[in-house]
Amino acid sequence: MNLYARCRLTSRIALGFSMAAAAFGLFWLVAILWTLFYNGLTALGADIFTLSTPPPGIAGGLLNAIYGSFIMTLLATLIGTPIGIMAGTYLAEYSRGNALGQTIRFINDILLSAPSIIIGLFIYGVMVVPMGHFSAWAGAMALSVIVIPVVVRTTEDMLNLVPASLREAAAALGAPRWKVIVLIAYRAARSGMITGVLLAVARISGETAPLLFTSLSNQFWSTDMNAPMANLPVVIFRFALSPYQDWQDLAWAGALLITVTILIINITARLLAGLGSKGR
Amino acid sequence: MQKNVRSYVTTGPMSAAAQGDDLVEKISVRNVSFFYGQFEALKSISVPLYDRKVTAFIGPSGCGKSTLLRILNRIYDLYPKQRATGEVLLDGTNILEPGIDLNLLRAKVGMVFQKPTPFPLTIYDNIAFGIRLYERLQRDEMDARVEQALRRAALWNEVKDKLNQSGLSLSGGQQQRLCIARAIAVNPSVLLMDEPASALDPISTSKIEELIDELKSEYCICIVTHNMQQAARASDFTAFMYMGELIEHGVTEDLFTTPKQKRTEEYITGRFG
Repeated sequence: MNLYARCRLTSRIALGFSMAAAAFGLFWLVAILWTLFYNGLTALGADIFTLSTPPPGIAGGLLNAIYGSFIMTLLATLIGTPIGIMAGTYLAEYSRGNALGQTIRFINDILLSAPSIIIGLFIYGVMVVPMGHFSAWAGAMALSVIVIPVVVRTTEDMLNLVPASLREAAAALGAPRWKVIVLIAYRAARSGMITGVLLAVARISGETAPLLFTSLSNQFWSTDMNAPMANLPVVIFRFALSPYQDWQDLAWAGALLITVTILIINITARLLAGLGSKGR
Repeated sequence: MQKNVRSYVTTGPMSAAAQGDDLVEKISVRNVSFFYGQFEALKSISVPLYDRKVTAFIGPSGCGKSTLLRILNRIYDLYPKQRATGEVLLDGTNILEPGIDLNLLRAKVGMVFQKPTPFPLTIYDNIAFGIRLYERLQRDEMDARVEQALRRAALWNEVKDKLNQSGLSLSGGQQQRLCIARAIAVNPSVLLMDEPASALDPISTSKIEELIDELKSEYCICIVTHNMQQAARASDFTAFMYMGELIEHGVTEDLFTTPKQKRTEEYITGRFG
């Protein structure tokens, strides 16, 4: 067998292994999605969006949990995004590799990979215990602590991708530093930064652990931010573990809702990122 | 403004190109050295830059010509560890002094870069961006200023129907003229051009050169170029730099026909560089 034939053979074998690995990964993904859709769609009905979580044996839905998840995710995003963008801007535009910047970056990376249950326990310690009860505010705070490092990281990365020549060009017209950043660098990095925020939203919309210790859950419809509030992940967690068939069905429906929401957010993020790379 | 300046011209008697005019020294570079950290990139450069004239800087890569240009609007100040010593007098004021307002300086000394750098904004806003920094204008006044800038940069006819499209949608040559329009829209008195045509095709290049020729009636223009034909065609004065030193400065015609220095002659005849 000559050298060329051996090269071709090696290449084919390697390709075969890669394709098998890809197929293996995809198989489980498809299996999960199929199970989810199969079980979730049968449980999904109009009741899901109009009724609150029921006691076992009575017709009910997930309205209170959907509302709670929406409100807490929204609040967490509103709290976490400005802080994250400002910190990311400091790192990319002002720190110039100084000790403070490197320390912040290092801590942020740790926070980025911190187990979310630790964040839940932290907020439990600093908010729930002093206040004496679980609350939706605590839930939103815990989620925002997860949002911040993601947004800091993507903001910094996206601003670093903005060519220095663009900043020079703006500065050369006599633009002060903050205008160069806000009007030019943010504009150039806009789609990437929005993508980062969307990915953070996708990440927190499925988080269970931080909410278990903070907002807990609520069997009833509640809009009181100072009281425990229902939310999809914790409801899924409780109902899926319950012995009641109708609760388990609701858990499936909730899981499907979260998955579809995350899917939509991710596709939007991807479209935006694609739009950005084409230069708008 | 100083008139009848001491002659910094080191080459021969003035040729027809420069004779008879009242030469006004817009910028005087005096004993300027420049450091990137410890590295001395410019070694005590002195050169006059005249109003309503084009001065070209030529020399091999790394000789410091772009660095010199970046001193004139202090754009190097954006980066730590870069510093200049000596004096650069703009209308008699030393712009290397610590107290200088850099934003006002840069509004007065426009710059065009080697690679076109349109902002990710519409064509209209690319021009309006700089104007808005220092002037509050009514919409119709702004429209007029934008049109005027685009006309002077010979771009108006190509973009007048798509002012709301992104500046990034233009071709390379159009983008560069957009950048020139953007620079002159704020009415600077000096225009610095760092190899403005090196990334462009020959037709765009000749358009840029025609543009320089028209613009020099109003500005003090400094252009850095690798292209000696371009320097010979477009400039009134030429400075040859080598290894961070200014070797020779003079009327373009004289410098190219009868260079005083051996190294200038070797460079322009293509024996090194």
